[in-house]
Amino acid sequence: MNWLLLMLIIPFAGAGVLALYGGRERAPEVNSAFSFATFIAAAMLTSKVIADGPLYALERQFFIDPLNVFLVTLTAFVAWTTSLFSGPYMRIESDHGKMTPRRMRLYHSMYQLFTCAMLLALTTNNMGLLWVAMEGATLATVLLVSIYRTAASLEAAWKYFILCGVGIAQALFGTILLYLAADRVIGAGTGALLWTNLEQVKTHMEPTILSLAFVFLLVGYGTKVGLVPLHNWLPDAHAEGPTPISAVLSGLLLNVALYAVLRCKVLVDGALQNHMAGNMMIGFGLLSVLIAAFFLSRQKDVKRMFAYSSIEHMGLITFAFGIGGPIANFAGLLHMTVHSLIKSAIFFAVGHAVQKAGTQTMSRITGLLSISPTVGWGLMLGSLAILGMPPFGVFASEFLILTTAMRELPWATPLLLLALGVAFAAVFQRVQPMVFGETTAKPLQHPPALIPVFMHLGLGLMLGLYIPPYLVAWYQQAARMIGG
Amino acid sequence: MPNLVGQLINLLASILLILSFAMLSQRRILSLIRLFTFQGVTLVAATILLGYSTNQPHLYYSAALTQVLKVMVIPTLLHRLINHLNVRWDTETLINIPTTMMIGIILVIFSFNLAAPISSLSTSIARSTLGIALACVLLSFMMMITRAKAVPQVIGFLSMENGLFFSATAAVYGMPMVVELGIALDVLMGILILGVFMFQIRERFDSLDISHLEKLKED
Repeated sequence: MNWLLLMLIIPFAGAGVLALYGGRERAPEVNSAFSFATFIAAAMLTSKVIADGPLYALERQFFIDPLNVFLVTLTAFVAWTTSLFSGPYMRIESDHGKMTPRRMRLYHSMYQLFTCAMLLALTTNNMGLLWVAMEGATLATVLLVSIYRTAASLEAAWKYFILCGVGIAQALFGTILLYLAADRVIGAGTGALLWTNLEQVKTHMEPTILSLAFVFLLVGYGTKVGLVPLHNWLPDAHAEGPTPISAVLSGLLLNVALYAVLRCKVLVDGALQNHMAGNMMIGFGLLSVLIAAFFLSRQKDVKRMFAYSSIEHMGLITFAFGIGGPIANFAGLLHMTVHSLIKSAIFFAVGHAVQKAGTQTMSRITGLLSISPTVGWGLMLGSLAILGMPPFGVFASEFLILTTAMRELPWATPLLLLALGVAFAAVFQRVQPMVFGETTAKPLQHPPALIPVFMHLGLGLMLGLYIPPYLVAWYQQAARMIGG
Repeated sequence: MPNLVGQLINLLASILLILSFAMLSQRRILSLIRLFTFQGVTLVAATILLGYSTNQPHLYYSAALTQVLKVMVIPTLLHRLINHLNVRWDTETLINIPTTMMIGIILVIFSFNLAAPISSLSTSIARSTLGIALACVLLSFMMMITRAKAVPQVIGFLSMENGLFFSATAAVYGMPMVVELGIALDVLMGILILGVFMFQIRERFDSLDISHLEKLKED
């Protein structure tokens, strides 16, 4: 049984089925069922990889190696839990008159297509198809950001489309240059874009071409990662779209874009034999952490605030991979995993909090704990976890990143500490009154699905205390592969 | 013979560049669409010529794909879109046209400098046009920045894709077929989504002036 292909086909079929029937009463359950089936396929695939090691499919067009295996599982898992959360959430939005059956159909169908595009981007061995899948993932989410058809959401979606479109066009130019460099070594044809082939000949590729290619690739995919100064679309798209979409954008899409950058970095490092790619990533990463932390402290809208927090964390991860070396890369991979879990959990809690309070403005959301302890605690614990409190996983990875930075780039450490401090103060100061105190919020018409929040927080906690040995092995192998 | 083909490709590349400049200065949407179609035709001609001279049949498929998508389907869709939305009026640019042209010239010089070391490494007979292709990409990029209306921005976006396509053809005789099909699919999906999207903008604001879309700012 080819679980890899099955994992790609299920969401694609789901998109088709839900495009026809996605507006029906039971459609949210069907949506979850498809996502669950995708997750099962991903889990079976992972267990096979644990047993037999890396594998290929369809004449090496698809592959699973230590760098993408955990991201594949993570993506399928978060996509499934988000679909669980999305069911009651979108029902409540329908009751509020924000969704019609037609919009629900679009929403469910595009949700599956988005999952499919991300899994395709993660598993394809072809750098060209990687680009196609990244663009596909953007296109699938544009109409979801604007689904409420409010003025603000249309603006956010337009910005998202144009900025990411321009960004991804730069990445295409970078891919063309990559193909040009490969063409000189491997010869023309599909083989010249296969990452595994490129990886073997990376030391023979022309450094001039690859250094220019990396600039375009980093700017292109970096736009999707949300690196400052290319981040403008991100807070708007997160704040104006439906919350399940904010959760998957933050938790998954940013990771997938960063994954694309990493694949390119491995090739460029091999060809250049210097630290140019790493230095560029350090620069972009540090700038993102700093700028995002200060913008974060000025936000009034809860979803915008957590969107800036995503920029901050993606910056931190980019910074870690920029430093490179076994420890920083390990920390970066761990941080990708934990951030994805915790940030989506926060968005689940925030989504229901916003529905209860009827506003996204933080000063008007109060006393969540008194009306719904689960939402309140979910938000509080999630915020503490994302701010790097022990014993959650974010603490472990941030600690590793900071200690490596102290050794490799001492001048950057105070800047990072400053940014993390500012972010901590800002988020904690705002979340605290949201959770505690008196409230005017109303109970919800549909019981919210909050199991995903605690599942994610539990996993985030576990990764802070104990990382399964096979995951450690993957992280270490991937860290070696990414190199310094 | 290769010399003649090389000259012809250079000629087509310069036509492409002139068309990019023309788009930059054109205010009427209908003319913009026409210029975009011409760009498509030029691309098809260049691709067929390259395919013939280098004996690479896959370039014919790629030319056919361009013909169908960029000369036939997309212009038709754009025409239908502006008929439905009734937006033939002149578009205003944010920077006046002479200034735009000056910046455009600087961009061209910049692209040639950037592309020079790369072109010298390519083995393609069309390698000298890589600079022009990059210039087309940057000019379209600038067109997107300077236009205040949604439809011209979209045409700028599509024209940027043309520039990218030309750079792939010129530098490496086109991307592998799977990738090209994927890109074509993305472009088609993108234009359909944009069509839907413009109706939504129109419905909400009674106008396609995207300067309405400036409410989300950091304060």
